[in-house]
Amino acid sequence: MLRLENISSFIHTSLSNHLSETSVLLLEMTIIALAAITLFALLGLILVLMERKVSAWIQIRLGPNRVGPKGIFQTAADTLKLVLKEGFVPDGADKFLYKLAPFVVMIIAMILLAPIAFAKNFAIWDLNIGVFFITAISSVSVIGILMAGWASNNQYSLLGAMRSGAQIISYEISAGMAILSIVVLTGSLQISDIVASQSNGWWLFKGHIPALIAFVIYIIAVTAETNRAPFDMAEAESELTGGFHTEYAGMRFALFFLAEYINIFIVCAIGATLFLGGWMPFHIGNWEAFNHIMDYIPSSIWFLSKTFFLIFVIMWFRWTFPRLRIDQLLQLEWKYLLPISLFNLLLITLIAIKGWHF
Amino acid sequence: MFEQVSTSENGELVINVGPQHPATHGVLHLLITLNGETVTKLEPNLGYIHRSIEKMCESLSYRQFIYTTSRMDYLSSHINNHACALTVESALQIEIPERAEYIRVIMSELTRMASHQLWWGAMAMDLGALSPFFYAFRERESINDIMEETCGARLTMNYFVPGGVMYDLHPNFVAKVKEFIVFFKSKIDEYDELLTGNIIFQNRMKNIGIISKEDAISYGCTGPTARGSGVSCDIRKIYPYSIYQKLDFDEVIEHGCDSFSRYQVRMKEMRQSLKIIEQLIDNIPKGEFQAKTKAVLKLPKGEFYTRVETARGELGVYIVSEGGTSPYRIKFRSPGFSNLSALEHMVKGHKIGDLVAIMGTLDLVIPDIDR
Repeated sequence: MLRLENISSFIHTSLSNHLSETSVLLLEMTIIALAAITLFALLGLILVLMERKVSAWIQIRLGPNRVGPKGIFQTAADTLKLVLKEGFVPDGADKFLYKLAPFVVMIIAMILLAPIAFAKNFAIWDLNIGVFFITAISSVSVIGILMAGWASNNQYSLLGAMRSGAQIISYEISAGMAILSIVVLTGSLQISDIVASQSNGWWLFKGHIPALIAFVIYIIAVTAETNRAPFDMAEAESELTGGFHTEYAGMRFALFFLAEYINIFIVCAIGATLFLGGWMPFHIGNWEAFNHIMDYIPSSIWFLSKTFFLIFVIMWFRWTFPRLRIDQLLQLEWKYLLPISLFNLLLITLIAIKGWHF
Repeated sequence: MFEQVSTSENGELVINVGPQHPATHGVLHLLITLNGETVTKLEPNLGYIHRSIEKMCESLSYRQFIYTTSRMDYLSSHINNHACALTVESALQIEIPERAEYIRVIMSELTRMASHQLWWGAMAMDLGALSPFFYAFRERESINDIMEETCGARLTMNYFVPGGVMYDLHPNFVAKVKEFIVFFKSKIDEYDELLTGNIIFQNRMKNIGIISKEDAISYGCTGPTARGSGVSCDIRKIYPYSIYQKLDFDEVIEHGCDSFSRYQVRMKEMRQSLKIIEQLIDNIPKGEFQAKTKAVLKLPKGEFYTRVETARGELGVYIVSEGGTSPYRIKFRSPGFSNLSALEHMVKGHKIGDLVAIMGTLDLVIPDIDR
């Protein structure tokens, strides 16, 4: 059967037959880099189209339906338009930082793709501190946003960036706590270990109610971390016109836009990996026949369907809820989510120590 | 011209909200001073869409000037036309056929609903919920279709003329309005489920933008803005015109004085409008739709004033006549202008996000303010 694992090992063996070890490594790295960039662009296009279709569905519209069958090439056409637009720098802007900011945000989103296991034995870099790596790197993207807001020489941008800074840093803590609770249950920071530990059931079901609470907190926190409505303080188009990217146009704007969607993909992928078993098929205890049928579905399909389900949920939020106010947003984090997640972590630790989980 | 500043003397941030800004719903310009996120000062600057409607009216005849008023508060053009027609009719003492009165009230209430629907969608959009806008437009579209059939227009109707209405009703009118009543009754419950009960929405609305009853009166607030503060000011009730005194409906008054009360007033007014239409739609009397009037109207020398309740509040039409074929001076008392004047009072001390929300609850239509 066509599994991603087989493709990667096929490439590896066929290259090893012809080339020396060093050149195989170099060539593979190049292939991976190209694949990551392609994936970045492709995911962006797919997610933007998905967002537009989901929003259209919720808002009793048709959505894009002119470019290509059912409008599937709409985002490609939009990207082309954005590439062709003038790279505009506003008067009085800090030119260097202004131009650098979208790349900072984009590069961080791309780095975050590395430790994610897209299928069985198929990750760019399955490092032993995978989860920690993700939380560490993802907090850097706020620098890019602050940079963009400051360098634009626009009050709206500045306000948006400041809001974003406060928000992302706050919600990182809750997201971290939720991630930590699964790490406590698994005893490992490595993504492949975390997935392997869910072979007899997903943590969402195995970890009793505390795992469920951690999952809900995780979803809320990452929605805020990716600046998505109802927590889209940084953009808040009805208040701050466009927030930190008010002054951006053309491809620089597109990079912010793409990075936002890639970030959504990443946080949903992490959520799916930690709580919903990643690429692990759905297994029920001793139901051998059932488990066997589930195993027959390729692991990449499992991973992507779980991830896209979470992405759909986050999009659903955006098109349903009104926006919170900045002080309410911070109150929610510091007064409710953080105490709950700390207490929840305590419960999870208790469960892990006593071995109460299934 | 305004001085280009980005910070005030105390180092506070000065921001231009508008004239091009997604939350102002038109070309309103607010110069706000921010201390962090908190609004400390707000100064509305008007005039970006001033078209001298009042001056223009002085050179138009009494039949013509009504058409310009459709462009004032374009969301309640029927009601604006109604006010002008009433002024001319009262000056000339024209008796209006009963059928015309019924048609006028039904049309006015449909307009009120359409206006409130648009407000609902736009206000939700100000708060960051984008979907309600589309739901609101779906319902508004069916009202516009009804209007289109009878009046031939969807926004600037120009349907009410001195002496009655311009044309008779379209044959489909009654059936379509009945269909709409059934349709909208289910949708208005959906509005409440989607937005009113939402916890985020309630937190954004309750105890925000408070204006007390006394302040509302002294700022000259009218319409739902004042009724949200407990001021009884529905012209349809206190100075009934047309056939409103015959109808059974309630004046919606809320006593919360905050954004949520103003929101509730409008939501309940939509139900009251439905109630009014239900009473009238089956009993539209047969007969003439327009009284016989002279080809050229000449108002007697004197001053004439009429007021009506538009979707936004009290609209007054003041005509000074020298006895000629066109008014000597005309003045509109528009509800939006006075309601906007209370904005600074409501917003001071709140966050910039609340500024947008409060502005949404005032239901400003900028061409109505500027004229």
